[in-house]
Amino acid sequence: MKYLDEFRHPGATESLLESIRRRVTKRWTIMEVCGGQTHGLLRYGIDEALADAVELIHGPGCPVCVTGAEVIDRAIELASIPNVLVTTFGDMLRVPGSRESLASARAAGALVRMVYSPLDAVALAEKHPELEVVFFAVGFETTAPATALAVLQAKRRGIENFSLLVAHVRVQPAMEAILCAPENRVQAFLAAGHVCTVVGCESYEDLCRRYEVPIVVTGFEPTDLATGIAACVEQLETSRHEVENRYDRVVQAEGNLRARQFVEDVFEACDRTWRGLGAMPLGGLRLRESWRDYDAERRFTAGALPQVVSSCRCRSGEVLSGRIKPPECAAFGGECRPEHPLGAPMVSGEGACAAYFQYHRPELRCEPRAVEGNA
Amino acid sequence: MNDSSSWACPVKHAAEPQRVSLAHGEGGSSMRRLLEEHILPRFDRLSSLPLDDAAVLPQIDGRPVLTTDAFVVSPLFFPGGDIGTLSVYGTVNDLAVRGAEPLWLTLSLILEEGFSLQLLDRVLESVAEAARRCRVSVVAGDTKVVPRGAVDRLFVSTTGLGRLIEPGPSGSATIEVGDVLLVSGPIGRHGIAILAAREEMAFEPPPESDCGPLIEAVAALRTAGVRVRAMRDATRGGVTAVMHEWARDCGGTLVIEEERVPISSDVRGVCELLGLDPLNVANEGTMVVAVHPDDAESARSALQCVSVCARAARIGFVRARGLLPVVVKRGIGSERPLLEPSGAPLPRIC
Amino acid sequence: MCLAVPGRLEEWTDRDPLLARGWVVFGGVRHECHLACVPEAEVGDYVLVHAGIALNRIDIVAAEKLLRELRDAGEESPPSAEDEML
Repeated sequence: MKYLDEFRHPGATESLLESIRRRVTKRWTIMEVCGGQTHGLLRYGIDEALADAVELIHGPGCPVCVTGAEVIDRAIELASIPNVLVTTFGDMLRVPGSRESLASARAAGALVRMVYSPLDAVALAEKHPELEVVFFAVGFETTAPATALAVLQAKRRGIENFSLLVAHVRVQPAMEAILCAPENRVQAFLAAGHVCTVVGCESYEDLCRRYEVPIVVTGFEPTDLATGIAACVEQLETSRHEVENRYDRVVQAEGNLRARQFVEDVFEACDRTWRGLGAMPLGGLRLRESWRDYDAERRFTAGALPQVVSSCRCRSGEVLSGRIKPPECAAFGGECRPEHPLGAPMVSGEGACAAYFQYHRPELRCEPRAVEGNA
Repeated sequence: MNDSSSWACPVKHAAEPQRVSLAHGEGGSSMRRLLEEHILPRFDRLSSLPLDDAAVLPQIDGRPVLTTDAFVVSPLFFPGGDIGTLSVYGTVNDLAVRGAEPLWLTLSLILEEGFSLQLLDRVLESVAEAARRCRVSVVAGDTKVVPRGAVDRLFVSTTGLGRLIEPGPSGSATIEVGDVLLVSGPIGRHGIAILAAREEMAFEPPPESDCGPLIEAVAALRTAGVRVRAMRDATRGGVTAVMHEWARDCGGTLVIEEERVPISSDVRGVCELLGLDPLNVANEGTMVVAVHPDDAESARSALQCVSVCARAARIGFVRARGLLPVVVKRGIGSERPLLEPSGAPLPRIC
Repeated sequence: MCLAVPGRLEEWTDRDPLLARGWVVFGGVRHECHLACVPEAEVGDYVLVHAGIALNRIDIVAAEKLLRELRDAGEESPPSAEDEML
């Protein structure tokens, strides 16, 4: 596929990795913000290939992971109301709330349906006037335009049986929280390319200047990841800190103004509790007052979200902020596995713990390198 | 209107589709009519035999091979097949990959009250056509009707009996270090066809299932004299699930070389868009084969001579057991574990 | 987060500013995507699609520039993939 395959090219990636290995004078610590990048790095073994040159630590960029258990509980509560159909992305279905996941609630009779796009949820509402269709909106700034467009279209087309349970999160407050932490080890960021497609890279200038940290906007394919890491290393080696756009085939300085406008029309920033990380000032989006008619919680439920106590054996907060690697947690791989996760990053397929479990179990490191007997 | 029901109001009657009722499962005249009008005429062997409780079959030359399978699929009709073709090919393929010549099938239908008789006819026609294509006869069957909501429209179960053609595949426990792994064609087509049809994703052209018989492919390997260790149709869990079963059986590490795995361009497009790994997606007419390394090339060329296997390819090999049962080699970087899938693959946006 | 995939815009079906849609080709299939964020996209352009909506056009010049850079730096050159045609 064009503009995908070219950036999965082994030769170009290998030579980039080699040039990074040659360039470094010390082992730098770089955080990739986005869970999709974590997966790319581990899937293609880039972390291993650069093990001596760069320490890659994994950021909190998995919106499914950081969605609070109490919000999932609320989604299940909504889906259990007669004639309320809760729709959400496939990623969200198996993520447990405090007691169960939407998938298990569906098995017990709740109305839950997977959609590929928030706009498909609007189409479902139109097709089923007898139902109240709620879209459980998770995701970073990348996904917010689609959700905004869903409400805008619903209003325009007079579809009244559609509403939102909004759990959108904003990535920059999380980056800042990581930089502020006294034990912060991050020396440079690979910024999440697809978030920047919407919000642009100008918005990082302030963060970059205040914390004197290189921020390189990076794509998701192996060649893009290697390009981004190479740019970080170059800045670190030359003691610079700039916002650098290495994903300029889709990211412009100002992002996509139209997409930003859709989001601006419908949502406003709000404080949000992130699963595993705790309270995040301005770390979320909520519907503006003028759009509260489309707020599913207002429509169907009352009362504040109950507080959920997370497992004390789970060190996901430290994983999400890059303080430890998943295998350093005692529960990893034993008590905590994708089938029964204790914490957020094991919950979603994209979380750092799940990525380690899938691609990088500790025993792999001691596997003897077998001699290839096959052409 | 020309049948016995012509006394009814013709307008209303014409508009009302004929449906399965509970009476069709109660053993009386309704049930007899269902059998005589819809089921028996489509299956020569059934209509030529008296309706006994059991079928007495001719002596066979060789060891009998028996398999059974239940089929539930939504939607019932999908691009490339339907529950009828699926229920024949699924069972026939289970026999074929075990090295047997499929001979006879049984057919059990569990119908939901209210199911359209017209759709039932379509399914039965598919069963008959698929059975003819595989040269198997449906020799026994059963029909039940359950109240609305007790099943999802139609469940089908088939049992297949075949004759082992000696020597059959030696079995997955005999897979050895150095053996070569092949697939008979592009992978993931059935799972993607079903997903695209079920989720109303509106892909054009709608991806087609690979639902079809593997008899010819197996015969081609036999004719070419390939020393086959094991064959499996890679159904639920896809190629990955088979690899894990074989790794358990043989005690080696199975290595998949991702770049060699054939994938059709429609499956590729859908998998990229929805974030799915084609290795984990179901097939219904595509098999994985483990062969003696010296026979790898002859296996590949024998398969490629079969029309539906034109894209058969070597996809990996077996080596001494490391710490991981199954690994995947990508073009870039080191080997990584290929985890056993748990649960059906779900589209994702993250 | 954020699986987003490039595809080629093949046909506009609705040019309303809010309801904009069109067929976008991904490998061997096409899917009708929402195009409200890329009203300037023209047939033949590549767009980046996430959760059913196109987030941006792909800047071909920037893409080619990176590929050229890689070609100049590495011994092996990444090929330019063929355009998909249905």
